[in-house]
Amino acid sequence: MSTVAETQIKLTPEHDARPGASVRSRLQDLLPKIVLAPSFAATIVFVYGFILWTIYLSFTNSKTFPSYDITGARAYQRLWRWTFESDPPSSWYTSITNMGIFGFLYILICLALGLFLAILLDQKIRGEGMLRPIYLYPMALSFIVTGVAWKWFLDPGLGLEQTLHQWGWTSFHFDWIKNKDFVIYTVVIAGVWQASGFIMAMFLAGLRGIDGEIMKAAQIDGATTFQLYRRIVIPLLRPVFLSAFIVLAHLAIKSYDLVVALTSGGPGGSAWLPSNFMYEFTFKRNEMAVGSASAVIMLMTLTAIIVPYLYSELREKPR
Amino acid sequence: MLRKLLIGTALATSFAFSAHAADVKEVQMLHWWTSGGEAAALNVLKQDLAKEGYAWKDVPVAGGGGDAAMTALKAMVAAGNYPTASQMLGYTVLDYAAAGVMGDLTETAKKEGWDKSVPAALQKFSVYDGKWVAAPVNVHSVNWLWINKAVMDKIGGTEPKTFDDFIALLDKAKAAGVIPLALGGQNWQEATMFDSVVLSTGGPEFYKKAMNDLDEESLKSDTMKKSFDNLAKLVTYVDPNFSGRDWNLATAMVIKGDALVQVMGDWAKGEFHAANKTPGTDFLCYRFPGTDGSVIYNSDMFGMFNVPDDRKAAQVALATATLSKSFQSAFNVVKGSVPARTDVPDTDFDACGKKGIADLKAANEGGKLFGSLAQGYGAPPAVANAYKDVISKFVHGQIKTSDEAVTELVKAIDDAK
Repeated sequence: MSTVAETQIKLTPEHDARPGASVRSRLQDLLPKIVLAPSFAATIVFVYGFILWTIYLSFTNSKTFPSYDITGARAYQRLWRWTFESDPPSSWYTSITNMGIFGFLYILICLALGLFLAILLDQKIRGEGMLRPIYLYPMALSFIVTGVAWKWFLDPGLGLEQTLHQWGWTSFHFDWIKNKDFVIYTVVIAGVWQASGFIMAMFLAGLRGIDGEIMKAAQIDGATTFQLYRRIVIPLLRPVFLSAFIVLAHLAIKSYDLVVALTSGGPGGSAWLPSNFMYEFTFKRNEMAVGSASAVIMLMTLTAIIVPYLYSELREKPR
Repeated sequence: MLRKLLIGTALATSFAFSAHAADVKEVQMLHWWTSGGEAAALNVLKQDLAKEGYAWKDVPVAGGGGDAAMTALKAMVAAGNYPTASQMLGYTVLDYAAAGVMGDLTETAKKEGWDKSVPAALQKFSVYDGKWVAAPVNVHSVNWLWINKAVMDKIGGTEPKTFDDFIALLDKAKAAGVIPLALGGQNWQEATMFDSVVLSTGGPEFYKKAMNDLDEESLKSDTMKKSFDNLAKLVTYVDPNFSGRDWNLATAMVIKGDALVQVMGDWAKGEFHAANKTPGTDFLCYRFPGTDGSVIYNSDMFGMFNVPDDRKAAQVALATATLSKSFQSAFNVVKGSVPARTDVPDTDFDACGKKGIADLKAANEGGKLFGSLAQGYGAPPAVANAYKDVISKFVHGQIKTSDEAVTELVKAIDDAK
């Protein structure tokens, strides 16, 4: 066998035949793997390992400390029961309905507003270089800063309402942040304010990547501006929609800190998201099993939304 | 079992902590008393220990609040690297004691006579299975009214003795155009107020049965419904912006004279002091109407961990210093609370502090010293938080009637048990 290999090496003129070269080339092949190994191992342990651990804990009776005795699906049974307690709403019911409202509006408005702003900015206007960072800048703030700033702005006793009253418009009334039925929409407002500029930048990059020839051809064919965007530009932006959706979906799921900073949970806990629920139950109420179960449900929901979408967008298109 | 799990879960954290070995002559202390007054109060303890040759070392906590500290403590204990002591609240002490990681201070307790000087109700949390595991630092009580005296004089009000008096007083304030009741609409503040309402409506026996023993009959009784009705009455006297307000901002409303009264624990006194107000001339402290003679308490404890033998001497020194009369007096004068032992002279305390000390002593002797459910001294955290949920939902209108409220309360507490 070895002789065959040696002859082959000798037969290929461009291959370096010196001894040790194969070791070096093998090392070169291995180098990326070696470099990536630590972060790969860290991901395996700290992401997937802990996901498995969380799933395990959700079937135990863990309270203050993790317990390793499997005791069945009582945590899930409780969550399932709470899912249907709408009057008065259980904390879990509030959390998941809020997640639905917040996730849907946040993603939809960010996409729509981001696209709209990007199209406006793409009209070759003067001062674009200055306008772009203004819209993008909120993304540089943490959720905590956004939350506190909007909390003051929306507070009827401090912010918008108070100012307008001082200016003489005394019939103006905007107390959503103090209202149990509307507080979740203030979270949407603050969230959209923060993220839409970033989404705009993504769309702007996408718009700049569109071949001008196609646009010109369409214009020559007599397409109106609306048709141009409806039929050509937006379909071409499909990959950007995918990236924006993924970015927004994970921001929506993890916006725990925004809720805390903006509403401290809202009146009677009416602004909770599942992440708030998970933290409260795991760390404040010493019900680690219930907290873990809610985390698992969050993960499964996210998977159920993202995976089919990724699959449909990323699979090879039949040619 | 727990030991195995602690070892198992702690590998990562143990790297971080095992790097340094604890000094024998050092007290390692985990706490979140970092704000001005509290830090100054702790300095007294540091100096007391320094005199005996023990150095003080704060265990750093990222974030600062009690939650972050408890998370840090969990990691340290899981790693088997116990601090000498940690600031702890109520049932946390018992949780850790049940996990077998707390030390045993019974000898010191006997020598110092803690059994007699510390109120029996507090010993429920500092003694586990016959062993002293924690040193109580102070006793806060929550059934207080804090009243702005200038506003009180203006509306011609007098100390309310019954709940109806209180409502009449609030009406007077309303008529005078002042916000009658300063309340922060966060669940723990609403529930803290409700603790007092229940005690006032049902009396001491009822409070104990419902809020400490969690007796189902009492929880769904007409008295409890009446308590919810009374709470609903009180809520009609708050300003429309109360939801989500922090407790110290509500206190500030009383200090400034925007509002007449706040129902809050005696930590509110610290805010009055910080604003240079004197009890009697600038502000008044009364017991919540109808609760005179009883005290609803919560308390800060220093939980003592099962440290290696060579570090035990430092721990004993810390515990002894913590419960010494001089520290108890010096610390609690600053903190606004009252000493955790009933034999500390009240000479250094202001009028409200003197009243607090006398009330605590009387309540202890009369068996009317009860744990605050809202503050986590009536039941474990799962139950206490379920209770806060129900109260908050009632205040903010998710739960509409007092009938519904008691049904929900029974269900929530049952669920969390």
